[in-house]
Amino acid sequence: MTPQLVVRRAVWKGKSVDVLVADGRIVEVLPWRKDQSFEAAWVVDAQGLLLFPSLVDCHVHLREPGFEYKEDLASGLAAAASGGFGQVMPMANTSPVNDSAATTRFILDQARAAWPHGPMARPIGALTKGLAGQELSVMAELAEAGCVAFSNDGKPVENTELFRRAVEYAWDLGLKVIDHCEDPYMAPGAGVNEGAVSSRLGLPAQPDVAEALHVARDILLAQYLDIPIHVAHVSCRKSVELLAWAKKRGVPITAETCPHYLLFTEDLVEGYNTLAKVNPPLRTRDDVLAMRQALRTGVVDALATDHAPHAAHEKETEFEDAPCGITGLDTALCSTWALVGQGELSADDFLRAWTSAPASIFDLPVCAFDPGDPADFFLFDPKARWVVGPETLRSKSKNTPLLGAEMTGRVTAHFLGGINVL
Amino acid sequence: MQWPHKDLLDVDQLSTEQVAHIFDAATHFQEINSRPVKKVPTLKGKSVVLFFAEASTRTKTSFDMAGKRLSADTFSLAKSGSSLVKGETLKDTALTLQAMSPDAIVIRHWAGGAAQFLAERLDCSIINAGDGRHAHPTQALLDAFTLYQEWAGMDFKGKRVLILGDIAHSRVARSNVKLLTMLGARVRLCGPRTLLPPRVEDWPVRVFSDLSEAVRGVNAIMCLRLQLERQQAGLLPDLREYSRRFCLSERHLELAAKNARVMHPGPMNRGAEISSSLADAPQSVILDQVANGVAVRMALLFMYMTRQSPV
Repeated sequence: MTPQLVVRRAVWKGKSVDVLVADGRIVEVLPWRKDQSFEAAWVVDAQGLLLFPSLVDCHVHLREPGFEYKEDLASGLAAAASGGFGQVMPMANTSPVNDSAATTRFILDQARAAWPHGPMARPIGALTKGLAGQELSVMAELAEAGCVAFSNDGKPVENTELFRRAVEYAWDLGLKVIDHCEDPYMAPGAGVNEGAVSSRLGLPAQPDVAEALHVARDILLAQYLDIPIHVAHVSCRKSVELLAWAKKRGVPITAETCPHYLLFTEDLVEGYNTLAKVNPPLRTRDDVLAMRQALRTGVVDALATDHAPHAAHEKETEFEDAPCGITGLDTALCSTWALVGQGELSADDFLRAWTSAPASIFDLPVCAFDPGDPADFFLFDPKARWVVGPETLRSKSKNTPLLGAEMTGRVTAHFLGGINVL
Repeated sequence: MQWPHKDLLDVDQLSTEQVAHIFDAATHFQEINSRPVKKVPTLKGKSVVLFFAEASTRTKTSFDMAGKRLSADTFSLAKSGSSLVKGETLKDTALTLQAMSPDAIVIRHWAGGAAQFLAERLDCSIINAGDGRHAHPTQALLDAFTLYQEWAGMDFKGKRVLILGDIAHSRVARSNVKLLTMLGARVRLCGPRTLLPPRVEDWPVRVFSDLSEAVRGVNAIMCLRLQLERQQAGLLPDLREYSRRFCLSERHLELAAKNARVMHPGPMNRGAEISSSLADAPQSVILDQVANGVAVRMALLFMYMTRQSPV
């Protein structure tokens, strides 16, 4: 077969390769040879550029419908495209809530209209109607319309009996439940860790056990029901220890963490910095080390951004009034690849957490550069430098503590189904 | 002498020498407060906005009186009854105030960090009159000034001060711990565990759960106001049980050092955190605190608005 696209001399796992693509799929990946030449519609010289499979982000908030002033599908997917993400899973906390086929289809249509070749939105349906935690949502209808998982997002179901039934009902449809683990009474949504900093600032604060208590609930339920549950945005050592205990016993539980829990500590809140207000909150240095270790060992399976855009005026207010959330689609690739450079993660840990792990948890297609894989990959200039700021971020919202930071590395081309979408 | 600070956000911005300057200035202004005509033209033509987004009577009155005695024009802006504040973001309120070119804004706000929020955005001086549970520097300064007068000087070293009650929710306690520690006093805290801040072990204090032990040998006791909503929040069973364990009374004073002083930032709940008779006893310096509050705030308004020290 004559390839339609050949990407030449890209660096994949330390070796120079040529990638041959036809019909939106990988034909072959060959070691680069100087004397080799190809006949193809399009040949791309990728010398000096790293080759990555497109990343999967299993936890984002794209705000459409309802909060388009923060983000919409077009702008959120723009950030995804230039941030290296080929598939993102938007949460259901839109307005209206994504608890009907109509809303799911609207999300998919808007995404396709803006980015016909991808990145793909893979919606997460509401677990309960209106995320109210009272009645099961119409999960079969949502699954049919295109939802790939269910979650009550930031409003964890208090009623454990209802949660158990929701997990059972979802698994009947072959889909998993993603649980935001947070005790509903221990300073929910405080956005700051209960610790030295909150004590000094006098802010109501959430202790790490508020998360770990619900992680323990989910582990015991998953074990009892023998149905997998996925834990969203794990932030602390206590949760990691529980997950390690569970995995050792073969409990079907998976978990994700976010770049900010690998990079930042509660100290960032000092001075009432609302850009560091996030739920679960930034924890301590010890927790950061535990999260890094958990990614290396696989106790935490996946990385996700929990990209949570908010308008500038919403964050420029009293700390206690500001909404929780940090954007991540624009910066996650660079900020976590930097951890590989520092030896904190291996390149394999990085690739597993951003591609194969989330793809296998949620049964999504992913490129491993085997023949027949979707030709979803990007080229990355590891030396390019850029400063995080309003001009460089493609998300509508700029609420990241990385504002002003210099990042290393830039996506120069992003092929989805063999088509460069940048 | 030049005064280097634009804003007073918390006491940890100040050095010991600067605190001593404030006390010298307050002593100077105290003399004015004892004159038959309690007014000097020092800040004539200057304007001070009293922006109180949270209810307060005594702090606001104290600042108002301090400003007026220095001949500054004071303008009140309260949360209720003001369309300027209603439904408006703090940023917009701040910018609106700025546009009116005041020389200083005294801010009381329910949110921690509100004073800093204004200070970062406005050119005029910002005086923090209490932000959330975070800081209340003028209260701490008037408390320390009261002790400074009682103890006849800056020698706080070796003195023991007990702060009693709801520490967790108290900006007064937070600023007082910082200031008293900086001046060399040793601070103790006493209250039920539910009303102590998280990670209190990191604070430079000794913590007691038993009041009789806590008062032993202390030179001053600051009682804090107990908010009744702590009961609804599940932090204490009821007022009766609280007062049995933590209400300061004469019998506790017997265990304290000789001449120990009793303080309260007000408003008091007599019988809850302090016995009624003790509040009126000679050991009580509660009304001195109020009088000193005006003098300290005159000193602060002068120093922050003119960037000069008066003495």
